[in-house]
Amino acid sequence: MGLNSESKNINESRVIMYREALNEGIREEMQRDSTVFVMGEGIGERGGSYKVTVGLIDEFGPKRVMDTPISEASFTGAGVGAAITGMRPIVEILFVDFTALIIDQIANQAAKYKFMTGGKGRVPMVLRTQGGVGKGLAAQHSQSLEALFYHIPGLKVVMPSTPYDAKGLIKSAIRDDDPVIFIEHKSLYMAKGEVPEEEYTIELGKGDVKRAGKDATIIAWSGMIPKALAAAEKLAEDGIDVEVVDPRTLVPMDKDLIIESVKKTEHAVIAQEAVRRGGVASDIASFIQEKAFDYLDAPIEIVAGKKYADTVQQ
Amino acid sequence: MYSGDFLAQLYRMLYTIRTFENRCIQLYRQGHIVGYFHPYLGEEAIATGVCAALGKDDYIVSTHRGHGHCIARGGELKKMVAELMGKEAGYCRGRGGSMHIADIDTGNLGANGIVGGGIPIGVGAGLSIKIRGTDQVAVIFFSDGASNNGVFAESVNLAAIWDLPVIFVLENNDYAVSTCVDECSRTRDLHRRVEGYCVKYTHIDGNDVLAVYDQTRKAVEDCRAGRGPVLIECKTYRHGGHHVNDPGTYMPEEKLEYFKAKDPVKIGHQYLVEQGGYSDKDIADIEAKVGKEMDEAIEFAKNSPEPSVEEFLEEVAWD
Repeated sequence: MGLNSESKNINESRVIMYREALNEGIREEMQRDSTVFVMGEGIGERGGSYKVTVGLIDEFGPKRVMDTPISEASFTGAGVGAAITGMRPIVEILFVDFTALIIDQIANQAAKYKFMTGGKGRVPMVLRTQGGVGKGLAAQHSQSLEALFYHIPGLKVVMPSTPYDAKGLIKSAIRDDDPVIFIEHKSLYMAKGEVPEEEYTIELGKGDVKRAGKDATIIAWSGMIPKALAAAEKLAEDGIDVEVVDPRTLVPMDKDLIIESVKKTEHAVIAQEAVRRGGVASDIASFIQEKAFDYLDAPIEIVAGKKYADTVQQ
Repeated sequence: MYSGDFLAQLYRMLYTIRTFENRCIQLYRQGHIVGYFHPYLGEEAIATGVCAALGKDDYIVSTHRGHGHCIARGGELKKMVAELMGKEAGYCRGRGGSMHIADIDTGNLGANGIVGGGIPIGVGAGLSIKIRGTDQVAVIFFSDGASNNGVFAESVNLAAIWDLPVIFVLENNDYAVSTCVDECSRTRDLHRRVEGYCVKYTHIDGNDVLAVYDQTRKAVEDCRAGRGPVLIECKTYRHGGHHVNDPGTYMPEEKLEYFKAKDPVKIGHQYLVEQGGYSDKDIADIEAKVGKEMDEAIEFAKNSPEPSVEEFLEEVAWD
């Protein structure tokens, strides 16, 4: 898997998995700040379905690593209440598909609290979940629902594609004073990449060029990054030099980075795993044409999940 | 048993909430307040009795019918009227209005436009107390209507399994908007619902301020001693429709008369006379002071500036 442009400059690094990087990030923040705690289904002794919270209960105890009943709406709401009253909860929802159960607490409570209180109340909560295809898990466990959260005012949306990004972004998400929807990808948990030994964070809203190129820009995130990089390598065989831009956080979005790349390459392809209709790719296409219309040599292309059947079969 | 001063404090609060609602309804009719307005008229004893039993560091979570909760928790009338009028000097700088009034400084985590939406938030406040290891309690005000929402069942269970210092105050006013509790439940005794979660409960006349105060005090004691959560069902009745523009034609006349006869403000008045030994004149003085405070609050709010449009637009812009 691709290196991160930032990590190339760091001397002391080792290769670890995406899930290990997340675990390190959460662990470090829990060590640093006693108000950080995690809760979710099977995250204690079991360490979570994808092993992200492995070992945390041994270090921090059951008071800060809490297994919950299958009551998603209410334990998410409990996260909101804890956040309002001085804690920094990390709430895990097993699959992004299950966030359908918690929409009131996210859309009406967490996302609106700061505004409704005239800025006096804050909800420093991270909602960790994972989405995407890749394990043959069928229709209720394979969706890409980032567009839902992208659409709701008051939320930040983070979707890391590499171990380096996962660690740096989870740390920033935990420190952020607003509710952050942190969507991991189920096919990336075992992906390996370089992660420095020393501490670092990645600012929310700062994208990354995953591969530099001059002929065309592919904008992708999360599970589409390895695929975009593979496509770029294939195209390189035909002499087409592709730049791969990963915004990493969808809200806030690093529009400048995307526009700068498109102005340079004059061609834009946006690749998202989610179905096309009402998706984030369409919104990116819309601001590219607003800000870089005169630079484009061809219509913007969107590559997206076609239909439900793809989700089931892949 | 209770000092005259304490009974006067309770009466003053009951009368303040009553006055606030009546005067703000006038402001609404005059066009100074817009949007939804759900009066707490007829339910004043619950907020008054509950909040009188709390300490200054405790939390409350309120509802869309929340003006009484905010006042009883120590809210300043002028900031409340200003909030209802959408003014910058309001508790939420005019951004929340009637349905979202919050005062984090007094532990009022906020009213809620979603029925039942505040219940898990209150559980979260209880969880936060437990993790931080303080002796605070969190009170969740909610209604018979909210008790039919799934988050009620889930939240009671979470509070139970985690032994949280949470007091669920069920304001059973007989109606979920216009649907009577009989159409929503096989029993009118909604407290029975928590038996299955092994949560301690009690049920009382919610119009009797001392009954509410006594039971809340016990519940607070239980919670501070690690014996929470507790549910208190307070039976009460709205003095009108769901909101100010709902005439409540579905509410039977005789029932309304029955509950108006046991008006919580009258009951508080009676306590003050019979147990507190207050004279008519003493009580008239209290009422005059409240009236003056209310006049000043309205004057303050009317003269307060509107929020800046530029700042407002900046807050809602999210790129």
